[in-house]
Amino acid sequence: MTSEFAVEMRDVVKKFITPEGNELNAVDHVTMQIKNGEFFSMLGSSGCGKTTSLRMIAGFEWPTEGEVYIEGKSTGHTPPFQRKVNTVFQSYALFQHMTVFQNIAFGLEMEGAKESEIKKRVGRALEMVQLTGMERRRPRQLSGGQQQRVAVARALVKTPDVLLLDEPLGALDLKLRKEMQLELKALQQQLGITFIYVTHDQEEALTMSDRIAVMSKGRVQQLATPVEIYERPVNKFVADFIGESNFLEGKIKHISGNEALVHIPVLNAEIRGMPMSNNFVNGEEVSVSIRPEKIRIAEQAAKGEGLFQAKVLTSVYIGSDTHVYADLNGTRLKVMEQNRISRLDPSSFYTKDQVITLVFMPENTLILKKD
Amino acid sequence: MNPHRRSPWVIAATVLVYFFLYAPIVVLILYSFNASRANVKFEGFITSFSDRVEMDGSFVKASPCGPFHWFCDLSKNDDVLEAAGNTLTIAFVATIISTIIGTMAALALQRYDFKIKPFSQLSLYIPIVIPEIVMGIGILTLFSQTFGWLNEALNLTGDARLSMGIGTVAVSHIAFMVPFVTLVVQARLQGFDKSYEEAAMDLGANEWVTFWRVTFPMILPGVLSGALLAFTLSLDDFVITFFTNGPGSTTLPIYVYGLLRRIITPQVNALSTVWILTVFIAVLLLQWLQSREQKPAHE
Repeated sequence: MTSEFAVEMRDVVKKFITPEGNELNAVDHVTMQIKNGEFFSMLGSSGCGKTTSLRMIAGFEWPTEGEVYIEGKSTGHTPPFQRKVNTVFQSYALFQHMTVFQNIAFGLEMEGAKESEIKKRVGRALEMVQLTGMERRRPRQLSGGQQQRVAVARALVKTPDVLLLDEPLGALDLKLRKEMQLELKALQQQLGITFIYVTHDQEEALTMSDRIAVMSKGRVQQLATPVEIYERPVNKFVADFIGESNFLEGKIKHISGNEALVHIPVLNAEIRGMPMSNNFVNGEEVSVSIRPEKIRIAEQAAKGEGLFQAKVLTSVYIGSDTHVYADLNGTRLKVMEQNRISRLDPSSFYTKDQVITLVFMPENTLILKKD
Repeated sequence: MNPHRRSPWVIAATVLVYFFLYAPIVVLILYSFNASRANVKFEGFITSFSDRVEMDGSFVKASPCGPFHWFCDLSKNDDVLEAAGNTLTIAFVATIISTIIGTMAALALQRYDFKIKPFSQLSLYIPIVIPEIVMGIGILTLFSQTFGWLNEALNLTGDARLSMGIGTVAVSHIAFMVPFVTLVVQARLQGFDKSYEEAAMDLGANEWVTFWRVTFPMILPGVLSGALLAFTLSLDDFVITFFTNGPGSTTLPIYVYGLLRRIITPQVNALSTVWILTVFIAVLLLQWLQSREQKPAHE
């Protein structure tokens, strides 16, 4: 390995012309450094620029501005067939007129590998994805999961520096998807190859990734580990996109180090929380975010800092948890409580219009930039 | 009302459609075995064999080939053989060239955006909707004018003079066949996912290898359909060929037309029968090839 980074995008812009003739920055000044051996995900909803970024790394698109580096080398206009990266396509793109063996052997043939060598390596690749014995099948004779494995084997048999995966599990059913997530992760750890994984499924990204780039409108909103992204989102978009959040709007009243006091007009009260940015100023409009599972419901009515009276709107029992929707001075909040104790007694559940006390802990209260 | 019961109107319409489609062909084939040389009425089959043809007026009593008398007669007709040879030569050459051009045009129209693309697409329909006779006159005028100028400018005389012949027929066939091939291949490309080509390039194939190893095999059924359509169009084209042929480049349709103006013998029917069977077998063969390609090979 010549460089610390498997892939580096430096200030990359990709402009497209929309059918209406407008210019659109599909990728808007994206900079990211993907380390060698890392499982890296680009996460975002459709149109956020994640797939375009991946396609620029693969060489199917060229940046309008900026530069993509692979193993420290600038890629410029290098065509896809001269890059040491391989792709697993969303549609798999298996060659229908070839057998499984021929599909996997294709990339090796292009390298000019000898027949005996091809045979050996295809055999090993099939073994790796547990498809030994399927050599002579045609892609359409395989199940979705099997086709997916062939697509992975076909890309990995070339021993790329980086494997690019474009929503590879999108077409599979939930159960198979979860299995494949773990399998792909295991494969990545076993091979030590850099995986760059594009997905719109946050759970998938959180499960598999070492680091995640949350993208929106062509920009990277946050690039961090799954834990950091969930626990320390940098802005309202990320807090809203990853997991669930309750938001309260307010103004910074006082700020000191890693704590800030925010005035919330609808509550006519102050909330203490953790600022998620270094450059807040007094009086700045901010969003305060608290995750549903991080709000506690006090057992007895109480008053004080961080305690608020709310009225139960509905309470939904879903087995492992109870979801309580409560009205806090006109703002609807969601609270999640784990059902740690087995119980049947109806009086132990929340009922409509019951007044409860919510506990907001400062360490669970995140103060966020408004985008 | 029982939804499965067919209305008598539907049955009648079906019967009529099939009748008008196939009755002429059946009659045509039947008449190629006609014992009567006049071929106005079916007078029965030629039933007996003999060393030489025995006639009774216009009635063939016996023939060395028996019922297949007119087919044997046909095979001795050098004009027919020459016309058949011309027809096939023109059809093969024109099909190959128009398939190549048409396929390339379809690929270009599918994957590139260029200023005159709407015009290019529209221009494909012009040769299809324009009356063939107009096109025929147009091509004739173009060729005779151009050849006239060239002959004069280059001082060509005698055999060296440019004139109408197999070449002009083939070129004019290519001209009207290309749009058909393009449209058929385009229809096939409609569902073609570009990620197949991207996958090939991703795996190390350059554009050339990608085309021949991935794109072409995948669009081959469409290309073959286009080629077959072009081939049949060329085989039976009369109008344009009529305007562009010259001495020695008579094709079968032109020849048959010439025969009809003189006398209709069952030889014409025998010729048509052979022709129909050839086309029929070709279509069946192609369909079989295509179905074999698409059917997954069971282990």
